[in-house]
Amino acid sequence: MSTDHVILEMRSITKEFPGVKALSDVSITVNRGEIHAICGENGAGKSTLMKVLSGVYPSGTFTGDIIYQGENVHFKDIRSSEEAGIVIIHQELALIPELSITENIFLGNEPTKWGAIDWITAKKTALELLARVGLRDDPDTLIKNIGVGKQQLVEIAKALNKSVKVLILDEPTAALNESDSMHLLDLIRGLKGKGISSIMISHKLNEIEQVADSITIIRDGKTIETLDVVADGVNEDRIIRGMVGRSLESRFPDRTPHIGEVFFEVRDWTVQHPQVAERMVVKGSNLNVRRGEIVGIAGLMGAGRTELAMSIFGRSYGNFISGSLYKDGKEIVLKSVADAIDHGLAYVSEDRKALGLNLLDDIKRSVVSAKLSKISAGPVVNDSKEFGIAEEYRKSLRIKTPSVNAGVSKLSGGNQQKVVLAKWMFTDPDLLILDEPTRGIDVGAKYEIYGIIQQLAKQGKGVILISSELPELLGLADRIYTVFEGAITDCIPAASADPETLMKSMTSARKKVQSI
Amino acid sequence: MSEDTGTRTGGLGDLKKIFGSGSSNLRQFGILFSLIAIILLFQYLTDGLTLSSGNLINLVSQYSYILILAIGMVMVIIAGHIDLSVGSVAAFVGIVVATAMRDWNFPWPLAILLGLFVGALIGAWQGAWVAYVGVPAFIVTLAGMLIFRGGNQVIGNANTVPVPDGFTIIGSGYLPEVGPNTGYNNLTLLLGLIIVLAVIYSEWRARRVQSIMGSTPAPLWVSIVKVVLLCAVIVYASILFAGGRVGTSFPVSGIILGVLVLFYAFVTRNTIFGRHVYAVGGNKLAAELSGVKSRRVNFLVMMNMSILSALAGMIFVARSVASGPQDGLSWELDAIAAVFIGGAAVSGGIGTVVGSIIGGLVMAVLNNGLQLLGVGSDWVQIIKGMVLLVAVGVDVWNKSQGRPSIIGLLTRKKKTAEFPAEPPLVVPDTGTPESARPQATRPN
Repeated sequence: MSTDHVILEMRSITKEFPGVKALSDVSITVNRGEIHAICGENGAGKSTLMKVLSGVYPSGTFTGDIIYQGENVHFKDIRSSEEAGIVIIHQELALIPELSITENIFLGNEPTKWGAIDWITAKKTALELLARVGLRDDPDTLIKNIGVGKQQLVEIAKALNKSVKVLILDEPTAALNESDSMHLLDLIRGLKGKGISSIMISHKLNEIEQVADSITIIRDGKTIETLDVVADGVNEDRIIRGMVGRSLESRFPDRTPHIGEVFFEVRDWTVQHPQVAERMVVKGSNLNVRRGEIVGIAGLMGAGRTELAMSIFGRSYGNFISGSLYKDGKEIVLKSVADAIDHGLAYVSEDRKALGLNLLDDIKRSVVSAKLSKISAGPVVNDSKEFGIAEEYRKSLRIKTPSVNAGVSKLSGGNQQKVVLAKWMFTDPDLLILDEPTRGIDVGAKYEIYGIIQQLAKQGKGVILISSELPELLGLADRIYTVFEGAITDCIPAASADPETLMKSMTSARKKVQSI
Repeated sequence: MSEDTGTRTGGLGDLKKIFGSGSSNLRQFGILFSLIAIILLFQYLTDGLTLSSGNLINLVSQYSYILILAIGMVMVIIAGHIDLSVGSVAAFVGIVVATAMRDWNFPWPLAILLGLFVGALIGAWQGAWVAYVGVPAFIVTLAGMLIFRGGNQVIGNANTVPVPDGFTIIGSGYLPEVGPNTGYNNLTLLLGLIIVLAVIYSEWRARRVQSIMGSTPAPLWVSIVKVVLLCAVIVYASILFAGGRVGTSFPVSGIILGVLVLFYAFVTRNTIFGRHVYAVGGNKLAAELSGVKSRRVNFLVMMNMSILSALAGMIFVARSVASGPQDGLSWELDAIAAVFIGGAAVSGGIGTVVGSIIGGLVMAVLNNGLQLLGVGSDWVQIIKGMVLLVAVGVDVWNKSQGRPSIIGLLTRKKKTAEFPAEPPLVVPDTGTPESARPQATRPN
């Protein structure tokens, strides 16, 4: 049944790991020159399917057929799938920071002349490739000196160099800001015009709705349905229904805010970049938080949101220049993370794997790790208390695991995030700073995490919520500060805010901030 | 990789619990088996010489100082560092102490305190470079290796310095003879009895804690078999140690080692400081954002290592009755090898004190057995090198295959046959659907 317009077909793919069936009878069909999205919750099997396709799991370790350009293919590793023109770009980029753009593009594929690398050809080709992806940087620039958005483009240039026919993108825009995302999506659309098919895995359903031609939904390792975006009139709610198997009436739990008086204030907060002395990453910022309030911080990537949060949290970022913190009317000085924790602050970082968790640890140890003194007699940790506390959080936050003795590396993203939240809830903070708490988390777990955040506010704690997703801020926060180039540009009550006004304040210089 | 999640029941799973509680890892289990296998092999090859009183006593007093180093080294390695200077530090402290007693008339107990103090100073010096200046420990201790080796020769004029008799007790002393003449050393027997009681108590307590935690402890027979086996080994060993040549018994250095093992196993497992060492080695940034003062942890870990080196150096000097310029040569390598055979990870965050001691004992028994067989030191080195490589290689290979060990594989197969409905205990690292991604290139 191989027809001309079909470039790739995966038929009845079943892949088992000892004890787990990761994929069971999954089939997808990708047409020539289409953008095919794969949607599913974390752990649904999307990444496994792509690893099967790209040869990470070699032929023979799974059952089912891969028909590519009318032929049954058996890839034995990534190299063989790349030679055939199937290239995967991972969410976390596989570029080498200390090498230049050119060197990265040709890594493992260097053009040679008389056995030596032919840099002249390489550079010429690199320039052509960069032009195709719309990147105007000098190809000699080191990867570490360009932003994530551009790095993503370099990855695509690298794929184009391998004469790619099917490009697999795993969460391509997860780390990108709005404008970089738009550029990338445009580029993918442009590639489609040149006959290159793309398979895209993304949690950002609005983007999928925009660019995809068809969508395959996977749930629990099984294909649920394949939708044609235009013909079926697909929208976000339709995709969500397929992914979770039920429709979420509301993406945010209901909540009636009970907001008290201002108890935490940041005044004239200025922080210097840790390496570049003349660069101020946070400039004269003022903000306040009331008890029981969820305060949103909106800003583009690199606007200084994380820098602001981390510098408040015990000066864990940059060089402190000036400013003061007030809690319950009294000035507090936080010179270290330990000080911040003692004063009832908690910070859930945006990168839970690199900054939030020790992936070698088990759940129970992770949960208590930020305040061991609470379960210790002198220097000695009480094991059974630790177990009991971890069990409580496992139940109350519904962390899906056979036991709190399991390692955190075995958990899905959503459950890892719950462990991080539990770790900070255990410190019994008054103010929680949550930096992108739902990044890379599936829809169902997001809903649960929203519920936890609201619960914390209900207990009278203050919450600062940093998020790149404007709907999330609008749905959760009571008040939203916008940040642009290190300065707070506006403060808008969520009730009167909409994405357009927020975006305007996030992209334009300071105007007078009145306190409300 | 913690393998047992406390959920397994029945069959071989229980059998395995005999050799370790729920939290012990399979790596340690495998290495313990290797140790027993090696002992039995040499026992057979040497016609029973390996497990004779004289040889066991010799083994303990000959290797206790390497094992003491392994205790400190595993903490350094868990924190993500390495210490190459331990042999030189040991030699330096040895000559300082010997000189103090000979030339400055220090009484020997004071000399021991002086030695520990010098060790602490050296540790503070190296720790400050590592923790506060940020020079990698590899470089700092490579420098230390040269500095303190040279220091030893400067102070001793590259000669040996003898030590007085009193001092030698920590290196070549034994438990004294007291009480009625039973034909055995009574104190050694008493020590064995105390350990037996401690084993029974700790197993009873572990079961009680498990039931408080709400997890089902292993069946009672598992505990009984475990305790009986352990006690049999202890009783047998104490009779051997007590029944040696008159005047010998369990070495004082062995007692020092035992106390240190208990203390540091407790520190690493049950104290806040211990948790912080693992946290810093596992993910330094995450640890710092959890309020851990990573610099202080690194400083203390390096300092602790040098104090233990000082102790090891003094025990060696006491055993050889003099301090010389060649003392402690390549000890660092023996200690590091013991730690890695014992299951620690080069990248930090993983390792146990008990595992390292078992790893060190594997090397010690191997060394000793080969010597008894009359194998030359050239071949002993080759064999030791191969053992290190194979032990760690098997471990790495198993991990990359997504299974903890051959033994783990056997038990799992058996289990899935018996309990098909049970959730998977081991999801391979490379196979966890959403967790296995290539290492990140992170933007600045």
